Amino acid sequence: MTALRTPVADEFRLYRRIVAARIRSDWQYRTSFLMLLASQSILIVFELVALLILVDLVPRFGGWDRAQVVFLYALATLPFSIGDLFISEVEVLANRYIRTGNFDTVLLRPTSALIQILALEFELRRAGKILAPGIALIWSASNLDVDWTAGRLAALAVALISGIAIYSGFWVVAGSITFWAVASREATNALTYGSQFANQYPLHIYPGWIRAVMGWALPLAFVAYVPTITVGGAANPLGLPSWMAYTPPVVAVVVGLVARWAWRRGINHYQSTGS
Amino acid sequence: MLRLLWEVGKRSFRRATTYRLATASGAFVNTVFGYIRAAVLIYVASRSGGAVRGFTGQDLATFAFISQGFIAIVGAFRGLELPERIRSGDIEVDLYRPADLQLWELANWLGDSALQIIVRGVPPVVLGAIVFDLRWPDPAWHWLVFGLSVIAAALVGFAVRFCSNLLAFWLVDIRGIDQMVTIAITFFAGLSLPINLFPEWLEQLARALPFASMIQLPVEIYLGRFSGWRLVWTLAQQVLWALALLAAGRMMLGSATRRLVVQGG
Repeated sequence: MTALRTPVADEFRLYRRIVAARIRSDWQYRTSFLMLLASQSILIVFELVALLILVDLVPRFGGWDRAQVVFLYALATLPFSIGDLFISEVEVLANRYIRTGNFDTVLLRPTSALIQILALEFELRRAGKILAPGIALIWSASNLDVDWTAGRLAALAVALISGIAIYSGFWVVAGSITFWAVASREATNALTYGSQFANQYPLHIYPGWIRAVMGWALPLAFVAYVPTITVGGAANPLGLPSWMAYTPPVVAVVVGLVARWAWRRGINHYQSTGS
Repeated sequence: MLRLLWEVGKRSFRRATTYRLATASGAFVNTVFGYIRAAVLIYVASRSGGAVRGFTGQDLATFAFISQGFIAIVGAFRGLELPERIRSGDIEVDLYRPADLQLWELANWLGDSALQIIVRGVPPVVLGAIVFDLRWPDPAWHWLVFGLSVIAAALVGFAVRFCSNLLAFWLVDIRGIDQMVTIAITFFAGLSLPINLFPEWLEQLARALPFASMIQLPVEIYLGRFSGWRLVWTLAQQVLWALALLAAGRMMLGSATRRLVVQGG
């Protein structure tokens, strides 16, 4: 199979062309598209409103001020929304490709199966989810009690990119699992949507066992919680050591490798459908 | 007629039992969200001196799991197959049936809801009770009232989707509207947050909408928040919303079928 692989640059060009075609076809049904884009934005706005209502019930939620809590929310959600736009397409793998046997066609083409699915299922309307967390990030970052030096901005960028990578890895793992259990698609939502949901709240307010499972075993803490402390200067009641500041990109690489391994195992396990 | 609807409902129940892994995986994700929501709400109550707006941490944790159980029962995220059938013109076949379309769809919905109580309603609560200290209806006859409230909630859930899905007769693509309905349910039914935690004006607004009848009110009944006439009024509110929205759906269906032209070819 490797012999037939196209160079990465070609794959990228192919991806761009298919995505551009998808966008053009969305634009044919403008009203529909704009409605969906709007509803995606509103979805996240309501999520943020609910979070703010909850946080306001308590003076200094988790011992953090409002800007710090919103900064945490933005770090938990913006990378997720970006991953949602570009990577969450693997979600439809189970229903549209594995169950129907259409994955055969994908495998026959001399290019990466993952890139094909990401391109073929691309939906620009998901970009609507970026708006609210984007504004939340800019607002909270400018209200944090820290100096935005070049170093700190770079650390913020690294945190966002690591977050995108970690969430993307989760999506690919979730998609890979459906090669074994097609009907488990909903359970894998716990890994993807559940992760983003849990990440919106400071890790130290959870009981120890949730912290252990979701924060460290699943490495969610590295997406938003750790950078909120190291970059955003929020209080650190768990007493995380200062070298933690350098861990998010390392964790992102590990998650990426796990995702790659899971995806390959999944493809090798694929058996097409009967009758 | 009733016999036919009973059979339709039974088949819908049975159809849902065939997808066991899918069902189990749905219950799993509801439970995971229940754990996170319960933990956060318990934290909020503990920081507010044990109770917030008259709800203790135990009340709120129970709210989290019961409301997660309600998602599938009232079909918070579930649509009907109607929009697809309207778009393709298959709706014509449905209208030819010697059974009323709305009742037919309702029987299907209730059959599914009945199964969801067992497979996705109860498990999150039981799994939640293993870890958190949850509340149970007390005294025992409260279970009965709660049961009635669940049925009314499932009816409202159906009636809301039936109305929004029928818009497919007038609009080419109703996915955007369907999503807005889902957002409204998530926020105003008490899924994002119990609506009793909203600022007062927003709580008033949420209580005036039909979505509260889908989750918030039945869970409050479960928690024993109402007694005497207020309990009766709460139940009546749910039933009235169900009837009003079912009637609205019926009117929409009437005017839609009058203007329906199925393309041939």
